[in-house]
Amino acid sequence: MRVVVDFDACMSNAVCMGLAPEVFEVRDDGFLYVLQEEPPEELRQKVVAAERACPTQAITIED
Amino acid sequence: MGVGRSPTGKTDPLDRVVVVGASLAGTRAAEALRREGFTGRLTLVGDEAHQPYDRPPLSKQFLAGTWDEERIRLRVGDELDAEWRLGVRAVGLDTGAREVELAGGERVPYDGLVIATGAAPRTLPGVELEGVFVLRTLDDSIALKKALAGATRVAVLGAGFIGCEVAATCRGLGLEAALVDIFDHPLFRVLGAEMGAVCGRMHAEHGAELHMGVASERIEGDGGRATGITLADGTFVAAEVVVVGIGVTPATEWLAGSGLTIDDGVVCDETCAAIGVEGVPIEGVVAAGDLARWTNPLFGRAMRLEHWTNAAEQADHAAARLWSGPEVGPFAPVPYFWSDQYDAKIQLVGIPGPDVQVLEGSVEERKFVAGYGEGGRLVGALGFSSPRRLMQYRALVEQRAPFPPT
Repeated sequence: MRVVVDFDACMSNAVCMGLAPEVFEVRDDGFLYVLQEEPPEELRQKVVAAERACPTQAITIED
Repeated sequence: MGVGRSPTGKTDPLDRVVVVGASLAGTRAAEALRREGFTGRLTLVGDEAHQPYDRPPLSKQFLAGTWDEERIRLRVGDELDAEWRLGVRAVGLDTGAREVELAGGERVPYDGLVIATGAAPRTLPGVELEGVFVLRTLDDSIALKKALAGATRVAVLGAGFIGCEVAATCRGLGLEAALVDIFDHPLFRVLGAEMGAVCGRMHAEHGAELHMGVASERIEGDGGRATGITLADGTFVAAEVVVVGIGVTPATEWLAGSGLTIDDGVVCDETCAAIGVEGVPIEGVVAAGDLARWTNPLFGRAMRLEHWTNAAEQADHAAARLWSGPEVGPFAPVPYFWSDQYDAKIQLVGIPGPDVQVLEGSVEERKFVAGYGEGGRLVGALGFSSPRRLMQYRALVEQRAPFPPT
């Protein structure tokens, strides 16, 4: 799977980081960094949860 | 009947689920039901004719004109396989016959029902004048945006989320903005006095004209057009555009006489099942979103949240409750909201409490995290432009950590 972030929609809520910190990191500069653009299959549940929980619908998980 | 799985474990299918309300909570509940394994007939009823869309940008990016309608559409799964009744209003519910009554008299039967009709903005006399707006729907935002294009001064009644965000958006567009509220500080209800004052200073520094601690007496008009607001202290706040942002009330009028317990929302148990007038859950009926008043065991109290995150999360839980029955367990989230005003990101995990303490960062720079305590327990944390630091308190709130945190 592939993690795609719309950085225009991303407002650094960091909800994704709370759910899948292995993949999403909002740093002290306030920006979101995607740590793994193609995370391993065992992270699917967390990453999909982050996609759904993103308050600005900025995350899309592509298969 | 009406439960997805029988106690023997044999699948007892829900054949017909009706979701009333087709915005965030309703569409998420529908998606969640399909994910749970529901293969029966799914109908969504929504009173707005638009394709489902996201509300938060209506006071920010959409109002400012940087995002269009396409951009705010809610992404609803393609495999939903549902019957969409958009632009159709539900007007009644018969829990005995298990039917939803639609405007025009049609009765839609269900064995599972999700109530997600949200909330409607409070209005005031004068709202019918040209140039006066509430802001809840896409149509409201389209109309307000058009009016702002021809205005120089905007008066915003109510310094809650909507009011504050509209004021900030107007300032960003170069308009004069006056913010009026009966409480002493913006966001007083959700942030309290000390933190509300930080928000007030931010608005003042960005050139908004604040009228705090004073009620509005009357929206004034001339020839059917708004000219401003007269406040209770006699001050006249001139404006070509008036935005009324004084809160919303849960949209429960259609449920009168249905057998559901209605008390500032649809009263639910811990699992999001709707409660009947005997105090017992009504089988096959759940509620989610702005109108659901449920008991959150994490805080040991009933609450009704108007937050985006709650609509999304509660919808998932309500769908699971409908599918699996009470064993799905309680809905015990750490509430979350955010508000973007000017260049500040305001976030709260948990709930506000009577005790406040700044935990890290700088209030003067408006880059800090403050904790809220109640009876020695951390119940919430507020962040100003500190998303990374703030998110770390979410787990502490969930763990019922002590306050002040050690």
